[in-house]
Amino acid sequence: MENFNYHRPATVNAAVALLKKSKGGSYMAGGHTLLPTMKQGLASPTDIIDLTAIKGFSGITVGKSAVVIKAGTTHMEVATSAAVKKAIPALAELAGKIGGVHVRHKGTIGGSIANSDPAADYPSACLGLGATIVTNKRKIPADAFFTGMFQTALKDGEIITEVSFPIPKKSSHQKFPNPASRYSLVGVFIAQGSDGKVRVAVTGAGPKVYRVPEMEAALSKNFAVSALAGISAKAKGLNSDMHATAEYRAHLIGVLARRAVEAAK
Amino acid sequence: MSDTGIGARVLRKEDKRFITGKGQYTDDINLKDQTYAYFVRSPHAHATIKSINTAKAKKMPGVVDIFTSKEVEEDKIGGLICGWMIHSKDGSGMKAGPHPILASGKVRFVGDQVAVVIAETREQAKAAAQAVVVSYGVLPHNVDAAQAMKTKAQVHDVASDNRVYNWSIGDEAATDAAFKTAAHVTKIDLINNRLIPNAMETRAAIGSYDTGSDHYTLYTTSQNPHVARLVISAFHGLAPEHKLRVIAPDVGGGFGSKIFIYGEEVTCVWASKRIGGRPVKWTADRSEAFLSDAHGRDHVSHAELAMDASGKIVGLKVHTIASMGAYLSTFSSCVPTYLYATLLSGQYKIPNIYAEVDAVYTNTAPVDAYRGAGRPEATYLLERIVETAARELKIDPAEFRRRNFITVFPHQTPVIFMYDAGDYGAALDKALEMSDYKNFPARKAASAKNGKLRGVGFSAYIEACGIAPSAAVGSLGAGVGLWESAEVRVNAVGTVEVLTGSHSHGQGHETTFAQLVSERLGVDINNVAIVHGDTDKVQMGMGTYGSRSGAVGMTAVSKALDKIEAKAKRVAAAVMEASTDDIDFKDGTFTVKGTDTKMAFGEVALASYVGHKFNSSEIEIGLKETSFHDPSNFVFPAGVHICEVEVDQDTGLTKIASYTAVDDFGTIINPMIVEGQVQGGVAQGIGQALLEGAHYDRESGQLLTGSYMDYNMPKAANMPHIENFKLGFTFTKCPSNPLGMKGCGEAGAIAAPPAVINAITHALGVRDIAMPATPLTVWNAMQPMKRAAE
Repeated sequence: MENFNYHRPATVNAAVALLKKSKGGSYMAGGHTLLPTMKQGLASPTDIIDLTAIKGFSGITVGKSAVVIKAGTTHMEVATSAAVKKAIPALAELAGKIGGVHVRHKGTIGGSIANSDPAADYPSACLGLGATIVTNKRKIPADAFFTGMFQTALKDGEIITEVSFPIPKKSSHQKFPNPASRYSLVGVFIAQGSDGKVRVAVTGAGPKVYRVPEMEAALSKNFAVSALAGISAKAKGLNSDMHATAEYRAHLIGVLARRAVEAAK
Repeated sequence: MSDTGIGARVLRKEDKRFITGKGQYTDDINLKDQTYAYFVRSPHAHATIKSINTAKAKKMPGVVDIFTSKEVEEDKIGGLICGWMIHSKDGSGMKAGPHPILASGKVRFVGDQVAVVIAETREQAKAAAQAVVVSYGVLPHNVDAAQAMKTKAQVHDVASDNRVYNWSIGDEAATDAAFKTAAHVTKIDLINNRLIPNAMETRAAIGSYDTGSDHYTLYTTSQNPHVARLVISAFHGLAPEHKLRVIAPDVGGGFGSKIFIYGEEVTCVWASKRIGGRPVKWTADRSEAFLSDAHGRDHVSHAELAMDASGKIVGLKVHTIASMGAYLSTFSSCVPTYLYATLLSGQYKIPNIYAEVDAVYTNTAPVDAYRGAGRPEATYLLERIVETAARELKIDPAEFRRRNFITVFPHQTPVIFMYDAGDYGAALDKALEMSDYKNFPARKAASAKNGKLRGVGFSAYIEACGIAPSAAVGSLGAGVGLWESAEVRVNAVGTVEVLTGSHSHGQGHETTFAQLVSERLGVDINNVAIVHGDTDKVQMGMGTYGSRSGAVGMTAVSKALDKIEAKAKRVAAAVMEASTDDIDFKDGTFTVKGTDTKMAFGEVALASYVGHKFNSSEIEIGLKETSFHDPSNFVFPAGVHICEVEVDQDTGLTKIASYTAVDDFGTIINPMIVEGQVQGGVAQGIGQALLEGAHYDRESGQLLTGSYMDYNMPKAANMPHIENFKLGFTFTKCPSNPLGMKGCGEAGAIAAPPAVINAITHALGVRDIAMPATPLTVWNAMQPMKRAAE
């Protein structure tokens, strides 16, 4: 690991200014991807701007129609929040399945989403619930946010401040972990919105989180496992590695989608 | 039985320091003026080293010096050795290629060390290592054992077809004849997957040269520090043994991988003199551990089992290709031969066995002994083919095994071993009962209702451990004897120090060895100290591996205690003015027979040292005795394990529904520790069967499973729930040592893989499934069945 300057700004504006001033700085909102990458010598930012000390950067507000989670909220806070468990139980369950206990106490929702790891869990909740990602500059719908593997719509210096999740009628998150890393080998998030429209988001299977329109259409008409009969996910374009072939991942999408519909609450 | 004697569930004395962070591991030790080493490693699986340019790196901040094979050769430091000579069928000796401590001329696997950078800090050494410019000429490589004898990638000049040896055991003609009489022959092809040991503590070393006394000290993560000293002295030629001290302090797990002498450790102690005597410290990071620790297993086998019309086994034929990796590690050659094929008779009367083993070089990390070492490979092969034969013959697998069990002891197998004692039927009965085998069909039906396929698998294993006697292993090619030593020092106040040549790296010797002393001398275990792991303190010893510390190491202690007792009786007799023959010793008290005249053990110890009450020309002052114990035979722990699995038909995910282990370890010193050994061993065996597998990419030769992101270490959630993880014991006394002990360290890792795989193949109704049986592998295996059903 190379030497770097460590900053702990108290405001978003100060963080933005520090990044601008640095030669090649990086924000950090938990560090669970950034630090291992630095240790391996794959990243060597000149400056680390730790966002977790920004005032008002963490916290959960459950309103009538949405759950708003500030970017610096840890996975553990979401997983154990009684209000989230009541409003969107699948979201709390998802947070409780990320990493191990240590990771959940340090990792944050903003950090996870900004990183856009193709096997991360939160992106599937954002896309599955039709969340809005709020930054210091604008509001970005989840559908426009995740642009590719480790790629997002965030501009240089832009900071996620909070994520707003519409409260669905019911939802479920089903995860089949990679046996070794426990990241999602495949994860499926299904939500039936207050308008009855269903969203199906898949993580871990492709280069980025994505929706499955055929399943959404069928489930919007009839939210039942039987509606998924005959719909199979395509293997083409899916990831293939020593843990799972593209065919196996496609198969798991179907299995997890059925389980999600069954378990949705 | 006393509260702290043999058979007592004594809490481990060493755990207080381990769980409060007070252990002293090699990396915890820091010497004055210490420097740090970092190794430049090959990124290629096979390449010539055209040049190494260290000029830029040497100018980097904090760099003390950089060494390559050039300096090693200047100082005439010898290469790493393989200490067990194996001869091929044709009589030729094994083909050992050169194995320098820093690669010379060629690199042979990804991770092979090419140069060492020594700097003021670890970070500086690592940064400079990245600036060392090595020019490679990439050569064709091969990572696959099955391809080794066909490939153009020749790893060593001495082995033109990459074959280290072509070894055989048993009578080929007699076995062929037996096959001709057979009513049924079962054939099977198996791969025993390569594993990476992953001790919790990575390897580490601090080498220190004292310019004043011309003396070296090496702190290192070793399972056998005396052997390390012997090899570094005699073969690397660094210094004579009295000028070299090897200390293996607390060591955090080994599983075999820390038996061996590695280039990095030798480099540290050698380099200390090169840089003027400043200590050189190296601690492997986890990535280096994955790349460079000796791996385990990696066999490709074909086997055939012949039965007569009554379902009795009449013959077994085996051919195995065993990958040795790129170099012959310290004891690698004996693993797929004398630790493997000698176990192919298992628990069965098999009148004819013939096995042939081709050991081959591949462009991978060296392979050597790993928990079980050869015996898991033998057990996997035999228990898979026995289970398969039973299914083909439509005989219940328990009944098929029982029909073929050895029941009369001693029993001479056709593959060297003379089994001394055992009761395999008793273990099977107990395992059947504990696992509630008779109600398996009901459980299978219940699982089916939940969409799960349930299967049950057996494993009746035997292990040979406490390898011995020395003369016998010498005749088989071993370069060392396999005895053990002990010195028992009774202090003047009656407290006891035991110096053992065994080495504890997690086994709990500080507790179990003290229990033996407590039992014998009536001394509280808190008044007993176990000293090990330092060649300056402890007499020559052979270390710990192959479940030998109990049967061999503790027997040496026991024999020294015999001498202590005899001497103490003479002292007590003199003090109490009685004849030595009239002295009884029980529960720590010496009594004159038929009187109430007595002395406590501590009083006799004091009398031994003050020497006031006896004639010191007849009885020597002091109470200290030594024993070197060479066993008369191996010991043969055995048992029956039964595993039940549930396979999720949707995902291929396998869960261990229950696991029953019934073992015969002879005398058990501390049941709590033994149960922990069985649980840990089974966890490793389940790891091999379901989770773990070292995977080299054929195209690039890179290790794809080089971190925990891809190498699946067993986790608590992968294990059966503790309520469904049942342990039982049967008992036959081991006749070859006075304590009647066998060995327990490897049993679980040996027994579990076939039990798990037999259960999965039973659940799926398939003939074979590869290890590790990951969800992907199991799902793939289910696809033809599903297509057939559609």
